[in-house]
Formats: sequence, C-alpha cells, structure tokens
Amino acid sequence: MASYSTNEFKGGLKIMLDGDPCSIIENEFVKPGKGQAFNRVKIRNLKTGRVLEKTFKSGESVEGADVHETDMQYLYNDGEFWYFMDPESFEQVSADSAAVSESAKWLKEQDLCMVTLWNGTPIIVEPPKFVVLSVTDTDPGLKGDTSGSGGKPATLETGAVVRVPLFVQIGESIKVDTRSGEYVSRAKDD
Amino acid sequence: MSQLDQWRPSASLGMMRRRAELLREIREFFWQAGVLEVETPVCSRFATTDPAIDSFKTRYTGPQAPQGRPLYLQTSPEFPMKRLLCADSGPIYQICKVFREGELGDRHNPEFTLLEWYRPGFDHLKLMGEVAELVNRLSDEPLAVERLSYGEAFQQTLNVDPHSATVEQLREAAIDHRLPGIEDLVLDRDGWLNLLLSHLIEPSLGQQKMTFLYDYPASQAALAKVRGDAPAVAERFELYISGIEIANGFHELDDSQEQRRRFEKDNDQRREEGRTSVPMDSWLLQALAEGLPPCAGVALGIDRLMMVLTGRDNIRDVISFDFNRA
Repeated sequence: MASYSTNEFKGGLKIMLDGDPCSIIENEFVKPGKGQAFNRVKIRNLKTGRVLEKTFKSGESVEGADVHETDMQYLYNDGEFWYFMDPESFEQVSADSAAVSESAKWLKEQDLCMVTLWNGTPIIVEPPKFVVLSVTDTDPGLKGDTSGSGGKPATLETGAVVRVPLFVQIGESIKVDTRSGEYVSRAKDD
Repeated sequence: MSQLDQWRPSASLGMMRRRAELLREIREFFWQAGVLEVETPVCSRFATTDPAIDSFKTRYTGPQAPQGRPLYLQTSPEFPMKRLLCADSGPIYQICKVFREGELGDRHNPEFTLLEWYRPGFDHLKLMGEVAELVNRLSDEPLAVERLSYGEAFQQTLNVDPHSATVEQLREAAIDHRLPGIEDLVLDRDGWLNLLLSHLIEPSLGQQKMTFLYDYPASQAALAKVRGDAPAVAERFELYISGIEIANGFHELDDSQEQRRRFEKDNDQRREEGRTSVPMDSWLLQALAEGLPPCAGVALGIDRLMMVLTGRDNIRDVISFDFNRA
C-alpha cells in the first residue's frame, strides 16, 4: 500500500494508525513563525468508530490503508457471520458482529448495503437509507383511527422495533428511514 | 466552491476597501515618522537558509545568463533591506509580497503581504512600542498592551522553564497537558518548544489585547542578537492578537562572522535532513562587515493583521484571490 505525506492529508483519506484503518476527518496546518510545522489531524478509527486527534510533523509519511466502499447484496446470517455478495463478481464476504453492529436490525435478504472493506474484509456495514420491512407484531390499533397521531411500537421482521401510526397492522409492510430509525409510510404492495 | 465560482474573489469588496484603507494609514504613519518607503528585489540569486522556511525557486534565461540562472523568490525582504541600512539609508520600511513554499492553511497562503521596517538606534523592546502604536492606529478600538517574556509565558501556562528544561521534561509537559496524539512524535528541544508554544500557549495570547512575547531561547535566535545573560536569550519578539502570530521582530544581529556561522549551521541542518543547501547571501555578509547601524527590525503580516482586525479566521477572506483562485 502506498504511503502518504502530510501534504496529501485531506478529509476522507484512509491511513493506518496503530494497526487500525482510519479515515481523516479534518486536517489543520499549524506552523510557528520560525519553527517546525505540524499537521493537527482529527481521525476516525474505522474499526471502533472512535474519533481521535493526532499531531504529525509536517512532511512525515504514514502508511495508507487499503479501504474502499462498495455496494453488496446481503445474503443471510448463520448465527455468527453475516454474508454479503458483490452483485457483479458474485464474490462473497462474511462480516462479523463488530462490523455489522447496529445495522443488523435493518438487514433484509437481497437488500443492497454499503460495505466498507479493509484488505478485503468488511469492517463497516451500512444498510440502505430506506428499507421496507413487514410488521410481525404490534397491538391492534383503534378502529377508525387513521390520523396517525399517537403511535405505538411495532416489531419488524428483522427484529427492529419502531414507532408506527395506530392504523398499521400485523402483516403490513412499512418503509423505515434507517438513519433515524423512524417510520416513513406504509409500503405499497406491488 | 464549485469550479464555476473560482474566478470570483475570495474577499468581499468591503474587505478590499478596508485593506486599501489600512495600507494608506500605514503609509501615512511612516510618512509622519520620517521612515522611508523602499522597494527591493523579489527575486534574488540568494535564498534564506532558515531550515523552517523554504523558498520558491525560478529561473532567468536571457541576456547575461544564456545558460540560465536560478533565482529564489524572497521569503522576506530582510537581506536587501539590511544592505540598504548598511549603505546608510536611515530608517526604512517596505510593503511587499513574500513567498513561502509548502505553507497553506487557515492562516497561511503561499504568497502573502509583509510590512517590514527597520529602526536604527532602537532595540527590540523599543520597537515593540512602535509596533503597538501602529497597530492601535489601525485598529477601531485601542488594544491594551501586554509584554510577556518567553520564559514567563511557559512558566505561567506549563510551569516549565523553557531555557533549562530537558527534552524529556518538555515532552512530559506536553503529555501532562493532554496534547492529543503526540505519543509517537520524535522532536528535538526546539521542536518540543514550538509544539508547546503553538498548541498550548499561543491560543490564549492576545485575547482582547496585544501580547508581545520577547526574549526567546538563544537556539531560536534566527537573525537576532543573543544577550549573554544566564540563561542567554535571543533579543527577539513576536506579537500575538487573538491567539494569532502577527509580527516577528529582532534586535538585529550585526556581526558578519556570527551571521556566516548561522547561515552555515542552517545549511548543515538542511543537509542532515536530506534537503539541499541553498546559496547564502554573501552580499549581506559583506554589507554587515562594512557595518550595520545598531537597529531593530520587524516583519508584520498584513493579511493576519487584517484577519484579527476584522474578526476572520481564514486568510482567504482578506486576500482578493487565495491560493485556490490564483
């Protein structure tokens, strides 16, 4: 993997730090009038998600991280790993629970997810922004209430629990925004 | 900024008017003080040897140089202005563009504007007074003036003596003050001092006032006289406003031999770091040997001053076309 000098630092650049792949968030050039210049960098550790700061001497080089993002189709979960497939090459990869993390509750078979690969192994899995999931459990709503005010919890086929309007019933499919975890609408059956 | 917008100026028209007014007031100030405005070459066959500053290099080819001659863009007009002083110019000032390779950030643009002036008969402490007077002439609200020695600043903020602390003590001070992400840094003594100054001390300097930091470690003398106190200090100062370095001044070194030693030491350091040495200004050395009148000089960044006077935190807001539009 190539190495990058501090002059190449910019938001989004993927570098290795203490053995972990990281992404640069912010890069600030700090230089005293007549002295050594520094780059003060804010970095996200892509494995842990933690944001940290690091100070480099300007002109230093760091190893790049072989990290890229790609759309992959979610196949299934065998209890330990979640399996994804590249829709063009049909290559399959398995992601562990650390990579899938909170996204697990939105993963529906066949959906296209954004998978971040480090040396070919998934380290981050992002679900689609919107998913359509069927309701497996919810209290029967009040008859005649169609205003959607109030709401009630509903359990979805993937195990996620979201607040839905009272008129939503078991067996119906709904559209959910995975970023906020909020109900968007009833999904129209094709 | 989209590709389509890059032809537009980065500063507002109001800012450019303010800048023009500031330049007019500076010229008025020096006219009244009897300081002569001068111009000196931007391109020179010599470069600054300062290991922390890199010059842009260009080339002239034509009459008198059929094979081409390397030229360096000035990083400050200091050397030719000192040659003028040695030629009995009396007090002089200059407003000019200077160029520094590799410096770009919120407070840095590779080309920027310096106001530089020299006062025969002044030392650095007296010149600090004139800098304060000028800045208060240019500022809407007069600012209080604080004078803080480099040693006092380190004692107050970090409780270490910058003149005597070891590399390990300076490193510990940085760790004790939770400077993030420095565990792997390998720096020399001045490197740690610069890190502590720029990361922990500077941000608090010059808040609602002007802070002059003076009497620097002898190892950071640059072109200043060193006073043989215990510890020896460089008769150098910097001005800070709103945590930003605005000016750097010296009680000027007038010893030709010592100047040559510093140039050679700088070039040695450049070679040790695997960089190329640069031609030292032999005409400055000759002029110093003739005799520089005892004097103090200061370089003040016009763009940085504009930033603090107008409350901007990015240099692009105060220059017509920043690096990305040049």
